Amino acid sequence: MAVVMDADRIARTLTRIAHEIVERNKGVEGLALVGVRTRGVHLARRLARSLREITGDEVPTGALDITLYRDDLMRHAVGPQPLVRSTEIAFSIDNRKILLVDDVLYTGRTTRAALDALIDFGRPLAIQLVVLVDRGHRELPIKADYVGKNLPTAAEESVQVCLQETDGRDEVILQQGGAA
Amino acid sequence: MSAPVTTRIDDTPAVTSLRRKDLLGIAELTPEEIALILDTAVAMKEIGSRPIKKVPALRGKTVVNLFFEPSTRTRTSFEIAEKRLSADTLNIAIATSSVVKGETLADTALNLEAMQPDMIVLRHASSGACHLLSRICRSAIINAGDGMHEHPTQALLDAFTIRERKQRLAGLKVAIVGDLLHSRVLRSNIHLLTKMGADVWVCGPPTLIPAGIGRFGVRATSVVDEAVADADVVMLLRIQLERMEGAYFPSLREYFTVFGMTEARLRRARPDVMIMHPGPMNRGVEIASEVADGPYSVILDQVANGVAVRMAVLYLLAGGAEHEAAA
Repeated sequence: MAVVMDADRIARTLTRIAHEIVERNKGVEGLALVGVRTRGVHLARRLARSLREITGDEVPTGALDITLYRDDLMRHAVGPQPLVRSTEIAFSIDNRKILLVDDVLYTGRTTRAALDALIDFGRPLAIQLVVLVDRGHRELPIKADYVGKNLPTAAEESVQVCLQETDGRDEVILQQGGAA
Repeated sequence: MSAPVTTRIDDTPAVTSLRRKDLLGIAELTPEEIALILDTAVAMKEIGSRPIKKVPALRGKTVVNLFFEPSTRTRTSFEIAEKRLSADTLNIAIATSSVVKGETLADTALNLEAMQPDMIVLRHASSGACHLLSRICRSAIINAGDGMHEHPTQALLDAFTIRERKQRLAGLKVAIVGDLLHSRVLRSNIHLLTKMGADVWVCGPPTLIPAGIGRFGVRATSVVDEAVADADVVMLLRIQLERMEGAYFPSLREYFTVFGMTEARLRRARPDVMIMHPGPMNRGVEIASEVADGPYSVILDQVANGVAVRMAVLYLLAGGAEHEAAA
């Protein structure tokens, strides 16, 4: 088990991503953040704070649960259903640029589900993908626009993002074996 | 007995799946399973507020709505819930089915089964009809009301509506007034509310109070003012004339005079009392119009929440029973 990002590194990385977002979009006008449950939501809220510090403007922030859009739902004849949590997007995504935020980009299947879910809320101008860690092994043609850290991994390794809000500490851990 | 009734969004609930193939009644459910259904329904309710009210969760699943008794609310509610989850739905009403030609319930069910549905939602006039199908069918059976036995999704939507307003179920005084004897809604609600720690009072004419109802952990009375006093929730039950095979009380007018819920009677309840009715209402019999349409009434919220609760049940049961998953 190795710590690949500590609290300082995560904080600096998120600040850097916030600056990249402002640079690429020439400000934050028309932007909105949508975090993928669970940890993507906390990362989105932190990015909203950074964006406010940089530009003084508030960026609307929402939470997306992708469970009902998963491509492995109902694939097995029987099995307990994954837990569904609430989606909270209290603004119209029509004609906005949406920054979709997740903790780890791996196969790309979660992102595919998130894109389908978002499109059911309206027609955004564009969707940009923000991830804290890109660990490779894509199974779908999906690429992140903002990457905190590129982390080469083996398939049998797992990447665990721990955040203060859910886990009591800020840390990214690379583990041998075990579930991702 | 009490259970966590509010779950923070990041908390992992005590159970994450239903450990059963069918939903036959509330009696078999644990408080944790009830909390899971209610929490899942919170997420499902949001889907109804979207511009596109549909998620792909049950794509490719077939659900048969088999209704042997008239129903508008429950059947429509199940059908909307199934469609919002992208299931294929099939409605079979008794008047147009082979039942009128003399086919038995078991034969009807087995013939439907041969067409490979995944779930059957059953309403039937006989108590235990769902249990019978549960034993002979591979499909998941959801009880949409069986005789005078249970109507589990009604009790779940009632609990969801109460929890939405009061943020809890434990410790609330709930008065249920009306035709207790013939009501499956009452039986499901008693099981659910007592499991979740509510203080349940039931009230009706002595002829309509089932013998031994106190054994279910509720207090029974025929004095309506006693039941309503300081109640957080007053739930009215329909006088089910179609199930009555005798004279249980002199007249509907007299019933209204003694038990009908009027504004004057309601003053004894708590100032933030909720008025509930599972429908269909008999205005001027169990409930006065000014109460049904008044500010305390959540009767239409109940109908709206029914869709979300049924979506939660359909979704959770679609995974199958846990013991089968291990096999």
